Amino acid sequence: MFDLGEKQIDFMKQRKLALGLSLTLIVLSIVGMVVKGFNFGIDFTGGTIIEVSYPQPVALNEVRQTLAEGGFDQAIVQHFGSASDVLIRIQPREGMTSAMVSNRVLDLLQAKVPAVELRRVEYVGPQVGDELTEDGALAVLYALIGVLIYVAFRFEFRFALGSIAALVHDVIITLGVFAWTQAQFDLTVLAAILAVIGYSLNDTIVVFDRIRENFRLLRDKTPEAVMNISVNQTLSRTIMTSVTTLLVVFALFFLGGEIIHNFALALLVGIAVGTYSSIYVASALALMLGVSKEDLMPPPKDEVDREALEKELTQAYLEAEARRQNS
Amino acid sequence: MFTQQATAPINRYPAWKYALMALVIAFGVLYALPNLFGEDPAVQVSPVKMVQFDEKTVERVKQALQQAGVSPKSVAFDGRQLLLRFNDTQAQLKARTIIKQLLGDQAVVALNLAPATPKWLEAIGAKPMYLGLDLRGGVHFLLDVDMEAAIAKAYERYAEDVRSLLRQQRIRYGSIQAEADRLIVKLRNDADVTKARELIQKQYGEDLLLDETSSKGRMLVWRLSPKTIKATKEYALKQNITTLRNRINELGVAEPIVQQQGERRIVVQLPGVQDTARAKEILGATATLEFRLVDEQHDPELAARTGRIPPGSRLYHFRDGRPILLKNRVIVSGDNVINAQSGLEQQSGSPMVSVTLDAAGGRKMLATTKKNVGKRMAVVYIENKVETVIGPDGQKVKKRTTQRDVINAAVIRDQFANRFQITGLDSMDEAQNLALLLRAGALAAPMEIVEERTVGPSLGQDNINQGFMSVVVGFILVLLFMAWRYKVFGLIANVALTLNLVILIAVLSVLQATLTLPGIAGIVLTVGMAVDANVLIFERIKEELKAGQSIQQAIHAGYEKAFMTIADANITTLLAAIVLFSFGTGPIKGFAVTLSIGILTSMFTAILVTRGIVNGLYGGKRVEKLAI
Repeated sequence: MFDLGEKQIDFMKQRKLALGLSLTLIVLSIVGMVVKGFNFGIDFTGGTIIEVSYPQPVALNEVRQTLAEGGFDQAIVQHFGSASDVLIRIQPREGMTSAMVSNRVLDLLQAKVPAVELRRVEYVGPQVGDELTEDGALAVLYALIGVLIYVAFRFEFRFALGSIAALVHDVIITLGVFAWTQAQFDLTVLAAILAVIGYSLNDTIVVFDRIRENFRLLRDKTPEAVMNISVNQTLSRTIMTSVTTLLVVFALFFLGGEIIHNFALALLVGIAVGTYSSIYVASALALMLGVSKEDLMPPPKDEVDREALEKELTQAYLEAEARRQNS
Repeated sequence: MFTQQATAPINRYPAWKYALMALVIAFGVLYALPNLFGEDPAVQVSPVKMVQFDEKTVERVKQALQQAGVSPKSVAFDGRQLLLRFNDTQAQLKARTIIKQLLGDQAVVALNLAPATPKWLEAIGAKPMYLGLDLRGGVHFLLDVDMEAAIAKAYERYAEDVRSLLRQQRIRYGSIQAEADRLIVKLRNDADVTKARELIQKQYGEDLLLDETSSKGRMLVWRLSPKTIKATKEYALKQNITTLRNRINELGVAEPIVQQQGERRIVVQLPGVQDTARAKEILGATATLEFRLVDEQHDPELAARTGRIPPGSRLYHFRDGRPILLKNRVIVSGDNVINAQSGLEQQSGSPMVSVTLDAAGGRKMLATTKKNVGKRMAVVYIENKVETVIGPDGQKVKKRTTQRDVINAAVIRDQFANRFQITGLDSMDEAQNLALLLRAGALAAPMEIVEERTVGPSLGQDNINQGFMSVVVGFILVLLFMAWRYKVFGLIANVALTLNLVILIAVLSVLQATLTLPGIAGIVLTVGMAVDANVLIFERIKEELKAGQSIQQAIHAGYEKAFMTIADANITTLLAAIVLFSFGTGPIKGFAVTLSIGILTSMFTAILVTRGIVNGLYGGKRVEKLAI
């Protein structure tokens, strides 16, 4: 399937095209975020969510009517998963933020249909909503900075910039999908985005690792060629891992239930984009920033010697072993 | 490292490595096992304060159940509390009603799910995973302590102390006033200003600091020292946690969690609780009682009409709106109450609460009632509420309300000390709640529920089923895919993946980390990502083979070269998981925990275990062709 044999894809040649595509996607995403905004969940806006289950399918208008009679005329009412499950969302507004709202709503509904069963209540006070928004943004920022430091320390600063750019790229496009589809953005989605940062970086690092190794092995090749070879060598691994991860995320998306549906959506988009970006964006950017052999050369002399010696000894041992077996 | 590689035979593992692996795997299987046995519906019976259960109690419970035709699966008594297991929830619910009737006020009877772990597994400390509220159903509250109110209360306390200090030293003062963030002492002449200042500084120099810039003329302005403010806040939080624990015990919840979060928040988790309205009322209520003498010399109607309150008194209202004047001095407050029981008054049949005071309270009560026989004493019910509301301009404002109701004012017929009754309550429910609040103690500062997450039992079970289904399906898909792509090596990776899942569940069970729905998602994701290490290794081996290396060399090089890459890649994912953990709340933390543990266990299984199998299969042998 992805045994590419000796065929080499010239990824670096396509890098202009890829960057063009990435830029377009990023611009589209930003436009989406500005024009449509996010459909934030109550984790960030504050408010109350009540999920109830009726014994039979129920018309939303009836539920709205009941709520309006009780003074909740601005409640958002929708089906959740099935026609007998109803999700009610009440935004915080003047004078109505108390934790008791959910109990009043349930009383209203049960007065009409006593068999209504409470499935779930989430209430987030306005002050907590603000904190979660702030903490969430900070968490993404800290994760990116942490990654920047680690990659800069393990590789080289230009690689770090390349990987961060790839991560920002992934995050923005995932956010863009949420803006355009207006899928609800809640805490679990934020968690998924942090997981995407971890995953996408994982991919990028594997490619960078190979680039570093090849820079040392293939001393007569140009940086562009080295990068191409490296991306090609790691290509089947990149695709394999993405496929296995996507398999399980699809399982989550279709079987995990409504509550983690959007979480799975964020992972799906993030992993797909992350795979693309670690192939095209990260190394192309590092190349454009001017990574050269010298930047990655300098393993201290004694270490090189030891490595070589080790290799020699292993080789000698293997040969001896082979001779012993043959005789 | 250098010498070992050169001298050890290639692709062979020493016996101790296999032994270690076997040990870890045995540990994993053993400690993951309890999760297979499920849970029994159970009833947990614990004694209330000052009650002790014994074997006789156990016998009585058993007999009562037998008479009603309910047979428990097992009855366990650990010297303090009773745990009865049942075959189904119907029997469980029935048993709860019977036991409640039998033991009445003596016991707290709570529904629970008890793990059905076999004895021999329990003996080695093996337990099933601890399910979060989104999986088992229950309520999660986040309460915010109103620290500003706690500080204001501290100023009031100091105002009282300073007042009596000045009175003792015969310094005449104009007024002593406690405000939200300062204490103002007004004096009559300059000599007294100096005297009062020196006196207060000597007595309360550690706690109160003189605010020089605000003090003018004959007015001294004091502020709490930073140390005292800190101590006040810590005390408020601690006291509230203690009180909450007491109240929750009274509510009858099995395995409740009450924990501090940050400087001013408290997390409360009540598994299995469905009646959230009552829980909210009880948790948030800051009700306390005060006993005061009635001011009989002045006319309350007149005071209410004109607004002129006689000095030394304060205007209150009954619940029906009638005004009444009460003396400023509090005889005894809710803090002195050591026990309170609700019941019905014998003569009138109306609800009442009988109260027992501590020694100090009893002494004060005796001293007052002795001198005031024939006069009236009032019971004031005080409730503080705090709420964050959105104002007209979209700003968030804290709205504080204090409601003081006189629930009864009765003539002191005879002197009494530490035992008496409160009547004049509206309903039996009110009497029960009041008794509960008095028993459980008062909160040091009002609290507000700032977050609630309630999950009903049916949704909890759905979440478990859906989560389990996604793990199984995702797992099987990955197994098939790996077997198809890497043949024998794929099967080896599958063994490792299965072990990874087992060990991950074992570690989660041993740590008793809370498993949430996002936590299950973390497990699913781990399954998908854990094979990455094997993919890296296998692809590398393929490459080496293509490059013309011998089979043994290719295996060796594949593992060696892929190792650093795997470590690098996993550390970065771990980094993201740690950030997630440190910022995340509740369910999100669960995701971070399973993801991080999954990464660590996958390193072990994907590298060590597969290498062990590969070495066992191919190491030191002549292999013509690798099925990879």
